[in-house]
Amino acid sequence: MTGSNLRILIPEVFLFLSALFIFAYDLGIKRKNPRQIGYIALAGIAITGILLIFFHGGILYHGMFSSDSLSVFFKIIFLGSAFMAIGASFEIASEKIRNHRGEYYGLILLSTVGMMFLSSANELLTLYVGLELTTIPLYVLVAYYKDDKLSVEAGLKYLIVGAFSSAILLYGLSLLYGMTGSTYLVGIKINLSVIFLTYGKIGPGLILAMVMIIAGIGFKLALVPFHMWAPDVYQGAPTPITGFLSVGSKAAGVIAFSRIFVNGLIAFSTDVMKPLDWGIIVAILASAAMIIGNITALRQRNIKRMLAYSSIAQIGYVMVGMVAASTMGVAAVGYYMFIYLFANMGAFTIATIFNDKTGSDDIVNYAGLSKSSPFFAACMTIFLLSLAGIPPLGGFVAKYLVFAAGIQAGYTWLVILALLTAVVSLYYYANIIKMMYFSPETPAQPIKPSLLARLILLIAVAGIIFWGVFPGTILNFATETAKVFAF
Amino acid sequence: MLENTYLIPFYPLLAFVAILFFTRWKERLSSYISIGMVLIALVHSLFVLAAMLSRHGLPMEKAIPFITHPSLHLELGMYIDPLTAVMLMIVTIVSSCVQIYSIGYMHGDPRYSRYFSYLSLFTFSMLGLVIANNFFMLFIFWELVGLTSYLLIGFWFEKKSAADAGKKAFITTRIGDLGFIIGILILAAYAGTLNYQQVFEKVASGVLAPGIITLAGIFIFCGAVGKSAQFPLHVWLPDAMEGPTPVSALIHAATMVAAGVYLVARAMSLFVGSAEASTAIAVIGVITSLMAATIALVQNDIKRILAYSTVSQLGYMIMALGLYGADTALGHHSPGFVAGTFHLMTHAFFKALLFLGAGSVIHAVHTNDIQDMGGLSKKMKITATTFFIASLSIAGIFPLSGFWSKDEIVATTAGHPVFMFLALTIAFMTAFYMFRLCFLAFTGKPRVQEKYDHAHESPNTMTWPLMFLAFLSIGAGWVGLPWLSHGFSSFVYHEQIHHSEPSYILMLASTVVALSGIGLAYMIYYKQRFSADALAEKFKPLHTLLYNKYYIDEFYNIVIIQPLLKFTDFLWWFDAHIIDGLVNFVGWLIIKWADIKQWFDQYIVDGAVNGMGYACMAGARLFRYLQNGSLQFYTLIVIGSAVGLIIYRVTSRGFIYYLLGASIMVLIRSIIRTSGMEKASTETNVQD
Repeated sequence: MTGSNLRILIPEVFLFLSALFIFAYDLGIKRKNPRQIGYIALAGIAITGILLIFFHGGILYHGMFSSDSLSVFFKIIFLGSAFMAIGASFEIASEKIRNHRGEYYGLILLSTVGMMFLSSANELLTLYVGLELTTIPLYVLVAYYKDDKLSVEAGLKYLIVGAFSSAILLYGLSLLYGMTGSTYLVGIKINLSVIFLTYGKIGPGLILAMVMIIAGIGFKLALVPFHMWAPDVYQGAPTPITGFLSVGSKAAGVIAFSRIFVNGLIAFSTDVMKPLDWGIIVAILASAAMIIGNITALRQRNIKRMLAYSSIAQIGYVMVGMVAASTMGVAAVGYYMFIYLFANMGAFTIATIFNDKTGSDDIVNYAGLSKSSPFFAACMTIFLLSLAGIPPLGGFVAKYLVFAAGIQAGYTWLVILALLTAVVSLYYYANIIKMMYFSPETPAQPIKPSLLARLILLIAVAGIIFWGVFPGTILNFATETAKVFAF
Repeated sequence: MLENTYLIPFYPLLAFVAILFFTRWKERLSSYISIGMVLIALVHSLFVLAAMLSRHGLPMEKAIPFITHPSLHLELGMYIDPLTAVMLMIVTIVSSCVQIYSIGYMHGDPRYSRYFSYLSLFTFSMLGLVIANNFFMLFIFWELVGLTSYLLIGFWFEKKSAADAGKKAFITTRIGDLGFIIGILILAAYAGTLNYQQVFEKVASGVLAPGIITLAGIFIFCGAVGKSAQFPLHVWLPDAMEGPTPVSALIHAATMVAAGVYLVARAMSLFVGSAEASTAIAVIGVITSLMAATIALVQNDIKRILAYSTVSQLGYMIMALGLYGADTALGHHSPGFVAGTFHLMTHAFFKALLFLGAGSVIHAVHTNDIQDMGGLSKKMKITATTFFIASLSIAGIFPLSGFWSKDEIVATTAGHPVFMFLALTIAFMTAFYMFRLCFLAFTGKPRVQEKYDHAHESPNTMTWPLMFLAFLSIGAGWVGLPWLSHGFSSFVYHEQIHHSEPSYILMLASTVVALSGIGLAYMIYYKQRFSADALAEKFKPLHTLLYNKYYIDEFYNIVIIQPLLKFTDFLWWFDAHIIDGLVNFVGWLIIKWADIKQWFDQYIVDGAVNGMGYACMAGARLFRYLQNGSLQFYTLIVIGSAVGLIIYRVTSRGFIYYLLGASIMVLIRSIIRTSGMEKASTETNVQD
């Protein structure tokens, strides 16, 4: 450990201190201006982002903590989703979160700190602790509407299923440790290869470990069949938190998955070690996610439940890139998550504002929105089209890259399935657009989002269009991250 | 059928899972599932036995690696040889009889389904123990049978004595298990493998030092001492009779306690490497046998007499196996291995019959005390007849099954005069106490009239298993007639077939001994030529000593339990005064400090009080949601899918079975839901 490298911890430490400051500030100062704390939180995230630009690169604690390009890329996604979640929360903060507003923002920041640690973890214990730090604040946040039965139920379900999955994950991690005697991913990779080359086989203990880790991380990803909690929790949680869950928390799962499997257990996706391949398991789960997610979303009447199933399907597409386990696959996954951040957070922000102004989450009530609030409807259309993967938006490029990586890796059947389900998904995305633009009804009053909300929506729309037309910058960065894995 | 032997344990496991998750609320269906599965296992076991006979006992081994590591290789596998085949048959036959019998015996019990699920879990564990091909797997199932034994002894846990007995059984056998795992670790360290055949090869080829073999052998035998209730760990078995009587028949007479004997037989290749270890085994066996037989002479509780009889008979088998090991190590021939395993089989049948008969009697008169019975043979013809058959069999009367196996054991002691004398003495005592029990319970005049009036023959589901087992108690020994050229001794043997010539003198001697035991009991308890009370008065010190079981429980209490409790008290005192004192002092300091910061404190307390209020309100609401069934279903899906994925990656055919099973279970569950049982089930849950 060199003293100079401690600087790479600065962004995390700063964000952590901002969270503590918010707690203390809320406690000590009377709440004259309800928005004050929110602005502090936003400033904390923005400054952390700037610090991240200056302080990165290098390893700490014998490689437990590594600030490489992959972690920086995902940290940007985490900070972005936290920023947008807090921005959207302004809409509900004045009405629904009267008390404990400081804790609300502080917990979001704490969860983000957990994600940032997780994304830098190159060692199982750090990874697990990071994952727990990510999840535990979310348990509280999901149940934040204490008077709302749905929210409390969602919190409880999330807690129990989460604890259950966490235990399974820990079991898998300890099996892996037991077999290799190392918690460092590099050590695991080397020891497993040595055992394999010495004996020509590794017992089904490894499969046990793989499946348990997939089940544990599958909970974070809401990957079928570990997704059962997601629709209930997404519906019950405060809407900005739902967005944060569906983007930040999922991205955390994605990076944990790629660290363990694409890095630590990469040897077991080659032809030589085919019998212990994890790729086929993940491919099956991904196809199940795409089928179940998209088909179930068709019949949803609640916008949050619909988006929940949509995000289950989206993670299926991400996993197509993951099973490719190649430079292109990793780059595609990174790019996909980046665009998904804008599109999904944007859609949830709109759902938040809409619920706040009309008190409804039903899709039917979106009818005729284009007449009363054209800006609002146009933003939603962009987000939905991007999620569906329509050119020239970012979602199209993302899907294209993921599918290309899948074909390159030989998973042709999976890509064909993904293409078919993408067609299905167009129906329910387009259904909302149809409601908004072609329904004869006219809502009573226009929806006027606040300035901050408008700004966030604008940034999201601009990001989707700009990086859809010029994917180069982000794609180059994402390709850079793949070098971490040394394929 | 032979390649698929590994499926046998899975039938009862399937029943266990099905009852636990899906049919718990349909009691009748639960018991039928459980019985149906064990019957399937029985049929499969018979096929395995037939296949084994047709390949002349050629062993078969199949395994998949579980963990491969430079220093240790663990596998999951099965090893089928004649001994395994015979054990599979014993376990499934006794389990089937006991489960059918339990329909009648447990009728109306509030935890009827749970009882059957436990029986299924036990059967699964016992079958897994039998087919294991290595010590690692054996140990896993060994602990599982221990767990189910604990659950079933304490099945009526509202009764304090039952709960205590369960605890006692679990803890006492764990002491033996500690030795067992030390033995396994010694083997793993020195032999580098836990596979039976590989270990035995290393023993035979002299890779392991004799001292290590003795050490490992004695430690492994510790496991058998605990499980088979051998001296000095025998104290749990009589107390275990607090469980339901069919459980006593299945677990504490016929199968689980025989696991220790099975272990010694299975590891015989290890023990023949060490004459010292084998002699120690034989001595422990004979001490146990003699001690338990003497205790059984004076007990009055019908189940305890049978329990001590079981301990005694297990000691008998252990003695035979130990003598075999010692003789073989020294290069002599001995029929001990065949004798021990043969007696294991015959004993399983007649002892299960005795227990089920006792259960039938208890069911009728609602007492365990044989002094309160008498004359029951008039009212319970089937029970009395079958009980007499079993008693004749255990006493060793020609030509019942017990005669043949007991005779072999006596023949084993031929070269050891002390053992021979003791073996014959034990045989005499066995005949005496069994017929003391028979005469007191079934003949003479009823001693408590109201209980006698109340008595009645048990229902058919209980008497049919009795008759079937009586048939086996008569005939099961005939497979081992000494004149057969291809009998039991040429099927189950160790290393090479050894035919012993029938020794008519020994047969005559053991028959005379058995008959004189019965005769003495007849004189005292039937004809009442001598008064039993007067005899007891005459030998009062001896009688008191035996009646109190040599004061061994009291001895343990004074020497081990009380000092431990004293030590605990001391630790509590230390904790309460020294540690707490320190903590309190620190607390006092903090309170002072907190006083200074009162403003800050006030603020915190205020918030905490409000928070508690909210937490309580939220908690009250949360509890309502805990009743929601779907969350369990979510977690069930998670675990079910994980198991499915593992099975899919390990075996593709197994995955198809798993999918099939899972969909059938989901179907059953949905049927139960639609038939409105779900509502009733939540109420049951609340009661539980």
